[in-house]
Amino acid sequence: MTVEDELEIMGQRLNEKIKNIFGRSLHIREVDAGSCNACEVEVTALSNPIYDIERFGLHIVASPRHADMLLVTGPVTRNMELALLKTYNATPCPKLVAAMGSCACNGGIFGDTYASGGGVDKFIPVDVYIPGCPPRPQAVIFGLMVAVDKLDQKIRKKEA
Amino acid sequence: MKSEYTDSIRKEFGSVILDENVSHNETYLTVKRESAVKVCDYLYHHFDAPIVSIFATDERRTDGCFKIHYVFSLDKEDAFIIIKINIDEKSPVFGSITHKIPSANWYEREIQDMFGLVPKGHPDPRRLINFEDWPPDSYPLRKDFDIRTKPPRVKGEYVYRRVEGEGVYEIPVGPVHAGVIEPGHFRFSVAGEPILNLEIRHSYTHKGVEKLFENISIDKAVFLAERVSGDNSVAHAVAFCQAIEKIAGAKIPKRAKYTRTILLELERLYNHLGDIAGIATDVAYAFGAAHANRLKEEVMQLNESVTGSRLLRGMNTIGGVRRDIGGSEEIILEKLSSLNLDFSELMELLFASPSVADRIETTGRLYNDIAKGLHVVGPAGRASGIVRDTRRDHPYAAYGELAFDVPVLKSGDVNARTRVRSDEVYESISLIEQAFSRISDGDIKVNIREIPDGYALGYAEAPRGETLYWVKTSKNMIERCKVRDPSFCNWLAIEYAVLDNIVPDFPIINKSLSLSYSGNDM
Repeated sequence: MTVEDELEIMGQRLNEKIKNIFGRSLHIREVDAGSCNACEVEVTALSNPIYDIERFGLHIVASPRHADMLLVTGPVTRNMELALLKTYNATPCPKLVAAMGSCACNGGIFGDTYASGGGVDKFIPVDVYIPGCPPRPQAVIFGLMVAVDKLDQKIRKKEA
Repeated sequence: MKSEYTDSIRKEFGSVILDENVSHNETYLTVKRESAVKVCDYLYHHFDAPIVSIFATDERRTDGCFKIHYVFSLDKEDAFIIIKINIDEKSPVFGSITHKIPSANWYEREIQDMFGLVPKGHPDPRRLINFEDWPPDSYPLRKDFDIRTKPPRVKGEYVYRRVEGEGVYEIPVGPVHAGVIEPGHFRFSVAGEPILNLEIRHSYTHKGVEKLFENISIDKAVFLAERVSGDNSVAHAVAFCQAIEKIAGAKIPKRAKYTRTILLELERLYNHLGDIAGIATDVAYAFGAAHANRLKEEVMQLNESVTGSRLLRGMNTIGGVRRDIGGSEEIILEKLSSLNLDFSELMELLFASPSVADRIETTGRLYNDIAKGLHVVGPAGRASGIVRDTRRDHPYAAYGELAFDVPVLKSGDVNARTRVRSDEVYESISLIEQAFSRISDGDIKVNIREIPDGYALGYAEAPRGETLYWVKTSKNMIERCKVRDPSFCNWLAIEYAVLDNIVPDFPIINKSLSLSYSGNDM
């Protein structure tokens, strides 16, 4: 199966889910909490003409105030901790957080040191972990799909 | 290295040289602490030798003092002169050379933050790496600082330069930006649209990489080097491996050298294509951006099919490479020939488009003398008349056996930086083709069991420019690893390049300089 085929199948499934839950599209704000920039390379790739995630209803927005979800990369450095918390607080509820990349998941190679916080979930609640160093674009799309399901559960729980 | 250099230093400063020691192409001269400024000034102005790194080491346990190393590159000789001074713990000060050599600025502030050694007479002694909430008297790279320490946050304030006058206001940007980029803070002072002053504040992504090097095994350290600046993984890994191989006195197989060269050029290709795509996006040339992004993605998919990693990670190891890419020759060459065609068509369109020319010509001009003073490296330097390329000046891997041009332009604007990258894309394609035509059968790795105690420089020309590692080993561990990413040299250039430009042109100028935040902050 080529990259394009894989993508088409996953993208359409994700699009369905997003339509059911959000009506139109999922708005994502990316936050680099100290990554090595490899994850940014892959997030940027999601918008290139091959992946073009906008067509599946995924929209990367400029401000956390417009976002349904934060896509956080990096182990959360001491110097980014405050900025991450402020961004999280600026995101309206209900919100989702995805930790993208090995160091966002648990600190990765940078671990837990004087400068590195050892993972996003030590600072803000995380709904979905997308491992990989960096995760391929397909993996990111899959992770977002899992996250959308989680939000569905969250909403149902609240209603019940 | 020709002895005329050392002879002339000895003649000039004979009485202040305490110790002399040559290993490979590196000459280490220990001088008296108070003469460092004079000696460095002489090397810099008399020999026209650029300073490529300054770093400290904590050798209190073995030699009872801190040491500062000033690394000068003698490009014509393929050699380095390293001036060393000893600093006693009881009087932790050294003379700042920033007023003589402007590119020393950030190195000295870094040493102050990480070692607590004070550069006396520094024009701007504010914090650089540690933020204002970092407690005083706590220095991460000192040997008695445990990497797991979590120092408490203290109260402190960082004071930005202020521009005052009627109608002047500030625009703070970052660390969380509107686009998908790394975190950093930009403080613009503007009057209307033109930028009067820009101050950058970095270190948001400081992850303690240099300290981490001292706490992991050398094998694992290769993976860490790949993660200093993600999109320059190969260059960092190669520079690090070469430093270790130099210490071990190991000669790596020819096939490994050629494989590394191919990987380095594949990395340059996808980076340059991405930068050109970014510039096209920022000037709203959507058609060009879409195509350049497509070409970049094709190279990244090629990377994955050849090495298993879209960013070419995990290929380099101490002593060579992990995987033979010989079987992929055909698909690589096929892809490159189609890339060559598509890319040249795209560049023709891009440079012929008046709307693009209008945005990139004369925009973000970095004057040649400023670029030289700040020691701007890589394509950004070459677009401002700096004729330097590590591949040619300090040949490594297989570059000594391959033919390539080093494109240089003088106008220093976004246009020049775009054109230098565009020219380098063709050179990279040609280098990969040459490498495949000359690669010979054989091993891809030599086994290095023991790594003796020693120190050496490793270097590579990353897509962003000269990347430098100085590694010191002790008992099969890393005693000190100084990483110098090209962005550490180039970031200050942006403060000059944006002057007299309008705020909406800042993104293009930033993109055209292609700076890594992570590589800078580490």
